Amino acid sequence: MAITKKQTAELAKQVFEYAPAPEAIDHIKIQPRYGLFIGGRMVDAHGKKRFPTINPATEKTLSEVAEADGVDVDRAVKAAGKAFDSWSHLSASRRARYLFRISRLIQERSRELAVVETMDGGKPIKESRDVDIPLSAAHFFYYAGWADKLEWAFPNRKPRPIGVAGQVIPWNFPLLMLAWKIAPALAAGNTVVLKPAETTPLSAMVFAEICMQAELPPGVVNIVTGAGNTGFLVVSHPHVKKVAFTGSTEVGKLIQRAIAGTGKRLTLELGGKAANIVFEDAPLDQAVEGIVNGIYFNQGHVCCAGSRLLVQESIAEPLLEKLKRRLSTLRLGDPLDKNTDIGAINSRAQLEKIQGLVESGVEEGAELYQPECVLPERGFWFPPSLFTNVSQSYRIAREEIFGPVLSVLTFRTPNEAVEKANNTPYGLSAGVWTDKGSRILWMAERLRAGVVWANTFNRFDPTSPFGGYKESGFGREGGVHGLLPYVELT
Amino acid sequence: MATALSLTHLGSLMRGVRSVDEVGADERAASLAKRSIKKSSKLWALDLAVRCMDLTTLEGADTPGKVAAMCAKAVRPKPGDRTIPSVAAVCVYPLRIADCVEHLRGSSVRIASVATAFPSGQSFTSIKVAETEEAVREGAQEIDMVIDRGAFLSGDYQRVYDEIVAVKEASGDAHLKVILETGELGNYDAVRRASILAMAAGADFIKTSTGKVQPAATLPVALVMMEAIRDFVRETGRPVGFKAAGGIRTAKQAISYLVVTYETLGPDWMTPDRLRLGASTLLNDVLMQIDKERTGAYQSGDYFTVD
Repeated sequence: MAITKKQTAELAKQVFEYAPAPEAIDHIKIQPRYGLFIGGRMVDAHGKKRFPTINPATEKTLSEVAEADGVDVDRAVKAAGKAFDSWSHLSASRRARYLFRISRLIQERSRELAVVETMDGGKPIKESRDVDIPLSAAHFFYYAGWADKLEWAFPNRKPRPIGVAGQVIPWNFPLLMLAWKIAPALAAGNTVVLKPAETTPLSAMVFAEICMQAELPPGVVNIVTGAGNTGFLVVSHPHVKKVAFTGSTEVGKLIQRAIAGTGKRLTLELGGKAANIVFEDAPLDQAVEGIVNGIYFNQGHVCCAGSRLLVQESIAEPLLEKLKRRLSTLRLGDPLDKNTDIGAINSRAQLEKIQGLVESGVEEGAELYQPECVLPERGFWFPPSLFTNVSQSYRIAREEIFGPVLSVLTFRTPNEAVEKANNTPYGLSAGVWTDKGSRILWMAERLRAGVVWANTFNRFDPTSPFGGYKESGFGREGGVHGLLPYVELT
Repeated sequence: MATALSLTHLGSLMRGVRSVDEVGADERAASLAKRSIKKSSKLWALDLAVRCMDLTTLEGADTPGKVAAMCAKAVRPKPGDRTIPSVAAVCVYPLRIADCVEHLRGSSVRIASVATAFPSGQSFTSIKVAETEEAVREGAQEIDMVIDRGAFLSGDYQRVYDEIVAVKEASGDAHLKVILETGELGNYDAVRRASILAMAAGADFIKTSTGKVQPAATLPVALVMMEAIRDFVRETGRPVGFKAAGGIRTAKQAISYLVVTYETLGPDWMTPDRLRLGASTLLNDVLMQIDKERTGAYQSGDYFTVD
């Protein structure tokens, strides 16, 4: 039976349906194909292979990107090596000026960058607009400030740049990870060869344009695209003196093995399985927001995601009720819509990994909760999910899922909370929710995690160092600590 | 509920009310304020904003003539356009109730009167009760009372509680809205505590502010009060309404309150029975935005009556 116009109007009156509010994309110019950014300009790759980069929300190809081979990587490293001589001798305040300029250009082109990031990676536009891009600009701004103050960063030492840095970054925060890598390296006087992730190379291509716009001297930044093999060529190139990698623990271990004995310096920022610990005296409604932000932010594609909820048994029931209710208000769909809370899963491979781990959770006996949620027909999607009845031994409580999947465990005492939180091979981040200040400090002393958030989660700032313990890696990015991997101290 | 909370334990119960994290509440409210409400949903929201509005005048200079004009505007916000609904209620001082009764006869617009030594509440309970009774006799269908902030801040929760119970009784069939005057309470913990106290004492609505104190209604305060309502409904099953008042001047602000209500309390609260926006100057901006959505162009302010 057909619904009349009037009936439709009546139906619309009953619920507050947010009309689509898509961010405009008509101002975006994505090239049909991209080369490599070497020696200050876009050049054709030596390797003839190309690969498509798609929009994970529509599965449509956005562009074709070159797969850099050994010759390309060698050219890029040589360009960086050549640029190093002059860049490292440039007066520090001039270096700062370039970084400030890049920061300004990121701000000027923030709308474009946000849309490109969302189209290429699937994350909601409100996150790329309000988090990724502003933080990227802030990182350049912050490290620009350090460029001519390095001697104050390391009192009584003489900091010198190291040389060419080879940097490989992941697909979850493409531009932000680029900023975390490039900004401190350049501020300290190094030059870089950076490889973005194969599923999200486009914002790095826009960044290449920004480098040209900023008239950054040729070769200071070089960007080569490709998959794992290209990354391997970058980090193992003999003229690369410093390697920085953010990504999976598995690949991190491969890199560490590959460069063992070469004298290259290494920092790794790897996986995590963070505990978000809620005590019975916590402000519950804000804790619920923090849990949601901790695990469903960026579809859970966050290395420091609060993927294990440890809740004190006495409040588990009301907290879970609130959390489930809140899950039902999350809006999943078109990442370009300004009201979307949960976007698309970054790739088919990642979606399959999430699906596999969720199946294992059900098989092992955990109870799965997913709110009613219509998934779009095309693209890669996974509904916000939470598991109760989880034991520490289940795979979903031990392995990094890197998706919107929360495992809920309970505890009785602070000691038990610490013990369970630390009982993981990872140690990147943790969250503590309590009204009691002394308990926050007590917990922070005992949690083996690089970041401990108190009554908040997933909060980032360029002034704050970030990095892990154990299998979450080593070295710190951000803050004055983030300069250390990029300087030789004498 | 009133007997359940008697009486010596009230103080310790109040101190046991769960806390609110200020940074988190502010952040959540700010993120909801960024919702982008466009086209059909915007029209729906603006229409609801009119239907939920308590058109208010609370000035020493209020006269029968001023109130008559406001009543006409309340019934027919836009003369010549019958698609614009009447507002929910008018809100006046007790002495102006009679004028409203005269001018609202036959309309759906309800009459709300402030009472209990509005806005300070610094008077005798007997006077407050008498004022309420007289207001109801005069024709008030809704009573907007203020809590005794002095008693609340000094920790005398019992006095606040008893007074609300007494005024509730004096209100009879009239709906009781309890004004917390959150701008004087100091922090969100106190806002939450006062919300629970007012609801436990029998409030039909809890309301943010008198409009006479800055800051008046803010989005995070509204969020905190609605979260208290949500918890109270979960505990008792009795739905309580929410009214924001003071400082809501633009259609955009009004829509933010609707979004926070929708995402905190759900669709059941998207009705004048459970949600009110108290305002004196909001209406014309809402009307202007409705016209803009319908025609694609802004009209000059001269096309909207100034009551």
